[in-house]
Amino acid sequence: MSVAALALPAGRAPRQSIARDDLVKRGLMVAISLYLVLSLAAPLYVMLSKSLSTYRFDLKQFELQVSDATGTVWSEPASAEALNARLSAATADDLRAGSDSRLAATKFVEDFSFRSPVRYRLRGTEEGARWLVGSAPGGGTAWQEFDSNTFRRVMLRPVQSYGLDNFVSYFSTPALSNSIRNSALMATISTAITIAVAFGLAYALNRSTMPFKGFFRLVTAIPILVPSLLPGIALVYLFGNQGLLKGLMMGYSIYGPIGIVIGSVFFTLPHAFLIISTALSVADARHYEAAASLRASRWRTFWTVTVPGARFGIVSAAFVVFTLVITDFGLPKVIGGQYNMLAVDIYKQVIGQQNFEMGAVVSVILLIPAVLAFVVDRIVQRRQVALLSARAVPYRPKPNRRFDMLCLAWCAFVAVFLVGIIGICQLAALVKLWPYDMSLGLKNYAFDLMDGGGWAAYWNSIEMALLTAVVGTVVVFTGAYMVEKTKGFATGRAAFHFLAMLPMAVPGMVLGLAYIFFFNNPANPLNPIYGTMAILVVCTVTHFYTVSHLTALTALKQMDAEFEPVAESLRQPFHRLFFKVTVPVCLPAILDISIYLFVNAMTTVSAVVFLYSTQTQLASVAVLNMDDAGDIAPAAAMGMMIFYTNVVARLVHALLSRLLLARSQAWRR
Amino acid sequence: MTSRSSAVLAALAAALLSSSAFAETTLTVYTSVEAVDLDRYKQTFEAANPDIKINWVRDSTGVMTAKLLAEKDNPQADVVWGVAATSLLLLKGEGMLEPYAPAGVEKLDPKFVDQATPPSWVGMDAYVAALCYNTVEAEKLGLTPPKSWADLTKPEYKGHVVMPNPNSSGTGFLDVSAWLQIMGEEAAWKYMDALHENIAAYTHSGSKPCKMAAAGETVIGVSFEFPGAKAKQGGAPIDIIFPSEGSGWEAEATAIIAGTANLEAAKKLVDWSISKEANEMYNVGYAVVAYPGVAKPVEHLPADVAAKMIKNDFEWAANNRAKILAEWAKRYDGKSEPKS
Repeated sequence: MSVAALALPAGRAPRQSIARDDLVKRGLMVAISLYLVLSLAAPLYVMLSKSLSTYRFDLKQFELQVSDATGTVWSEPASAEALNARLSAATADDLRAGSDSRLAATKFVEDFSFRSPVRYRLRGTEEGARWLVGSAPGGGTAWQEFDSNTFRRVMLRPVQSYGLDNFVSYFSTPALSNSIRNSALMATISTAITIAVAFGLAYALNRSTMPFKGFFRLVTAIPILVPSLLPGIALVYLFGNQGLLKGLMMGYSIYGPIGIVIGSVFFTLPHAFLIISTALSVADARHYEAAASLRASRWRTFWTVTVPGARFGIVSAAFVVFTLVITDFGLPKVIGGQYNMLAVDIYKQVIGQQNFEMGAVVSVILLIPAVLAFVVDRIVQRRQVALLSARAVPYRPKPNRRFDMLCLAWCAFVAVFLVGIIGICQLAALVKLWPYDMSLGLKNYAFDLMDGGGWAAYWNSIEMALLTAVVGTVVVFTGAYMVEKTKGFATGRAAFHFLAMLPMAVPGMVLGLAYIFFFNNPANPLNPIYGTMAILVVCTVTHFYTVSHLTALTALKQMDAEFEPVAESLRQPFHRLFFKVTVPVCLPAILDISIYLFVNAMTTVSAVVFLYSTQTQLASVAVLNMDDAGDIAPAAAMGMMIFYTNVVARLVHALLSRLLLARSQAWRR
Repeated sequence: MTSRSSAVLAALAAALLSSSAFAETTLTVYTSVEAVDLDRYKQTFEAANPDIKINWVRDSTGVMTAKLLAEKDNPQADVVWGVAATSLLLLKGEGMLEPYAPAGVEKLDPKFVDQATPPSWVGMDAYVAALCYNTVEAEKLGLTPPKSWADLTKPEYKGHVVMPNPNSSGTGFLDVSAWLQIMGEEAAWKYMDALHENIAAYTHSGSKPCKMAAAGETVIGVSFEFPGAKAKQGGAPIDIIFPSEGSGWEAEATAIIAGTANLEAAKKLVDWSISKEANEMYNVGYAVVAYPGVAKPVEHLPADVAAKMIKNDFEWAANNRAKILAEWAKRYDGKSEPKS
């Protein structure tokens, strides 16, 4: 060892510090993976197994004896199964049961009369045999004797087993299985219309020189700020039997397919618009010059240049809209009438009939189209190639008075539709007693006098949205950083990325139901969070994880990969780099994630409808429950409160972005 | 503040809290009574029983029942106060209720008390099926008011009747089970077949049909008397009609959850819940209460609501519920597609 080295003070060994960094990073990644496993994978698994949990009457479990008319001489004991084989009293269909089913024991005796002096004995052949005498539970393997009038009230109970019975009864009940066709049909029609409307809108705003573009962009964002229940409520006031525009319905009912389609177009429009608009915002002017020099008509150019250029955006938007419609619960709940849809079926099975198993079956079925759409979308995205080469010349629309006016007219039409829906809700919220007393007042804002949770629900919602925004942003951004900026541990990162993409394909209703099964189990150590604010936050963060994750990834990908090696060579611990460089640089994306989570937490209904408790009722769920109870005007009022809250949140976000960006993003200019 | 002084304060606070908690028991009470009534019930009870505090957990009947059944192996509630008797019978069948004969139970109308001795549940009040009939819209359409259930199948009402879906609403189920009991199975299903032709919509909740009638969305809402009286109070142009054949009804009832750690306090609550004082309290909104002679007429409702009630066999209804609902769904849920 040289003298110089000896003279140096003994510093920290650099390798060690990096190793510790890696350890911390991996620890963090494991922690966030664990979060996703516990908040997503495990609940879904439990739900899948629940859908296979069946109930059936096991006739082998029961043995019967019948006396003669004197009540003293008894027949040989016979199992209910043998008796059924002789009497064919119950078919295989009758023996398939729900947790709630009962089967009258009198079915298995001949010539039963409750006035006869004949006496009956019943026992189980195993401990699990259960029955009811009237409503009192009974069971066990000891003989129990009944007079005929009591025996009439004996009901056999089913036992739990595993199998595909639930799916069999699902598909043999048209009332349930028709929903598959209904949901697919509604989603297809709504998708076609939404894509056409959104394309027109995006085309006008990107390819014309019409005025007021900024205004129309703002208006297009409105539907994101309200729960999907709200357009349903608006349609009742517009086209219902006392609706302002009832005449336009020409005798058709708004409750049903028509209402579902109109409402779906409303609430999916911004999603489709954003994607298509992005696709249309970049174009290579050289293609259009080539088309012009080939003397192609505008029409031909549109179909050979514009549409192919935007095709990936259109396909992507179509899948997003299809998934949104087929998984949405709020809108068909309000306006669907008798038209059964899958997501509403889950609610009806679970809340209406307490048939959790059938709810799980519908959930599994609802997962299929959502997962399919998700997979196809992934494949399409992978095939997308860069449209803009380095030599591309950005396309700039030229003024064309007639075309610009046409675009303006189209945008105005859409804007009237969007603003009209919101406007009618505000009006309905203020009218005292539609349609008999049209004077205005604040009566409908007295939420505390109605079901749904009152004003407390509104404040709960704000608390939940803030918590979701803060916790979610931290979890998502840290997770994305670990995926994007760590080296090695490739399998773990890939697995994590897959988990992070999964929530996109899981409908809210399915997630919420899976949470009941997973968390509401006393054996689960996480059981205490059931019924608290925490489970609502966890559920909402998980529900909206994917988009947030992708936003964070995009921002992180824009950062040079050299930052990490440089920091390492400077022997800087990664958390220093993370907080001093990564976070400030990605601040716009971080702010976007938090406002996205906030707004969605305010409006979401589907996942949390199964999870709220009396202390944690939410504004969005209150809209649902008030509408459910028939208090439609107060429901509209609460919906508008959500809208205004989200508008304020957006304004704060814009202000904050401007302030912070001025300080941290000077390098972008 | 230093960490030591804050620790001392925290210890003090904990000591204070625990000493005050010593004096009183907090009961977790699951309920489905109307949201507006919660505070009133709590205050009246706590005034009479200063050593017991109520922690309400409230939701609609369906949700509450689902919640209770889901918690079967790990009950969170001490008492259920104000949940449909039919739901409580489901819980009883699962062995979830603690049988208890509250002091003074013999004074109650026997149809409001579980048949078993000791009873597993005791009733408070009843909600009774009724039609909400919008007079303004009826006049516009030239309709005459229906007098009976049978009238509802008349062709003139086609598309003007709304009723709750029995598969999601307790009120809907009490209608269907009442028809089955008063008409007999075969005739009742035939009646519902005919009624189905006139139904504009089956709603998810039981009060919604009446509120739809109040808002003119429909002319006739098959519902119960409580929302009708409330809507009339609010100025809606509706009449409340009790069909001549008699009305189905449901008791709101009270029960102790088996295994509660606060059995003594729970018994006190159930004792009080059937007292004359409590029944007078229920009578503010409900025309029919369990304690005979207490009920005074409720505004906008006839004085003899109790006379409209059929003899309802809760046990039969609970034990046949799954079968009836499946049959109903098979007949009306699948094919009820709107024109379009």
